[in-house]
Amino acid sequence: MNSRIATVFAQEFRQARRNLWVMLATGALGLFALALGLFGAGQGAALKADVLTLTAASLATLSVYLIPLIALLMSYDSLAGEVERGSLALTLATPVRRWEVFVGKFAAQAAAVGLAIVMAFGLAGLVVGLLAGTGIDGIVAWLRLIATSVLLGAVFVGIGLLLSALTGRTARAAAAAVGTWLLLVVLYDLALLGAIMTAGEGVFAGQVFPWLVVANPADAFRLYNLAMIDTAPVAGIDGLARTLPFPPIAALVALGGWLAVVLALGVQRTKRIIP
Amino acid sequence: MTSPILDISSVSLSFGRLKALDGVSFAVSAGERLALLGHNGAGKSTLFKAILGFLAPQAGHISVTGHAPGTDPARIAVNYLPEVVSFPRNLTGREVLDYFSGLRGAPRRDVADLLSRVGLADAADRAVGAYSKGMRQRLGLAQALIGAPRLLLLDEPTSGLDPVSREDFYEVIAEAAGRGSAVLLSSHSLEEVQNRTDRVAILAQGRLCAEGTVAQLAARASLPTTIRITAHAGAADDLHAAFGGRRINGCRLEIDCDAATKLSVLARLGQHRQALSDIDVAAPGLNDIYRHFSGRDRAEDRT
Repeated sequence: MNSRIATVFAQEFRQARRNLWVMLATGALGLFALALGLFGAGQGAALKADVLTLTAASLATLSVYLIPLIALLMSYDSLAGEVERGSLALTLATPVRRWEVFVGKFAAQAAAVGLAIVMAFGLAGLVVGLLAGTGIDGIVAWLRLIATSVLLGAVFVGIGLLLSALTGRTARAAAAAVGTWLLLVVLYDLALLGAIMTAGEGVFAGQVFPWLVVANPADAFRLYNLAMIDTAPVAGIDGLARTLPFPPIAALVALGGWLAVVLALGVQRTKRIIP
Repeated sequence: MTSPILDISSVSLSFGRLKALDGVSFAVSAGERLALLGHNGAGKSTLFKAILGFLAPQAGHISVTGHAPGTDPARIAVNYLPEVVSFPRNLTGREVLDYFSGLRGAPRRDVADLLSRVGLADAADRAVGAYSKGMRQRLGLAQALIGAPRLLLLDEPTSGLDPVSREDFYEVIAEAAGRGSAVLLSSHSLEEVQNRTDRVAILAQGRLCAEGTVAQLAARASLPTTIRITAHAGAADDLHAAFGGRRINGCRLEIDCDAATKLSVLARLGQHRQALSDIDVAAPGLNDIYRHFSGRDRAEDRT
């Protein structure tokens, strides 16, 4: 990491910490994970299943809502707000490259979201594991959940920064972030569910539908985690987790692809900002 | 002869049909302070953004220490203070300067010295959110002094400051110029910059209307001196007939004359001593000079 990126990173990460973002996100995610874990511990005995594995599955479904929201809230104002406050002009008047500013901000915010996820899920996993007991499968499922959650957070931090660079104004960036969250996390699934019910069995359900699901980063995250847990109860479009026409790793590749595209576009749009 | 630090030649820049800059040329040398005067929307901020390389002129060219704006040598040479800047409220003054030092590759050990140069040594470790408006502006100035810049661009640096802070501000700027920085600052008021800068340039509607020292501008404008006469009751008509000029009301008259004929007019007025109740002589002020060049007086006469 060169020293200018390190400077941007340090500044951005310090602000995330001082704004209590990391603490708030950790608190929210931790409470969610614990609640699900303790609820699962109550059921686990009856189902004779590993509690940590079950919790990983249910937490994957919930994280899809919470993590993108946290990541977008953290990043949407980052460039637009600095344009409005005039501080971006100061930054860009120095010899720093625009891609360095984008990458530094992205790395710091993705690290902040990642840190919150690791602390929250790590602690909750420890508590649930100690209370209900678990095996190697449970621990692997849980670690997989943490790792992919961090990746999901990074993708949505990237999306938030891209929107911030695209709009250049805080109010518009906020609207775009809310719209994107609704679209990718809520409406997309509803639309797919409607399509699959209308189309029934056939080429669409077998060949097109699975690709449409992994094309959405939020769905790709959930699908990967559920497909890797055989015992997970699945419903709705997640039923696909049992009938995937491609290996689950493809979902992970899709997530990585999103990250690459979002970062490339974000850097490109940041170069066009007139501060 | 050394080449100027900032050289602007026939720069034009428009946003769609709006001509923000129209054939602007001037230069600033090392150690020189040039004040750019203009109303809101005259093109000052646009010019600054062009010098920083954020906006590309459609015609003409700008060079900073001989380099194109936005290139590394130009960016290293220029430090900038925008008209409105708010630093992150939850960082301390020292952290803000650490950040910009890092981006400029300047040593961080100079930060403490910069803070004390602008009088913020005691507030260095307090959050910027708790700073007063004047302190924030001084922090901005300290930021602009990082790494001994060769060109200082200050966009209305003293707007909203009280007179004492303003005085301090210009002292720091003079000190920087003394160390060899070229300074280009923008302002609304000729009065404010007259003894604090070496030259002024007046920008109106994107065009450079005048450039030079304040004394040169005053001579070039050759604005009339106005003699205001208050006459005794009934005598105003006679005076008006004898001297011409403008009738203000029943007993007052205003006569415009240039500096050379002022004394002879006054001598002739002396012969009408019995008709006069009072005489007031108003030489053109700085604001009149500014308005003369920026074209506002003509606009106001029409309305």
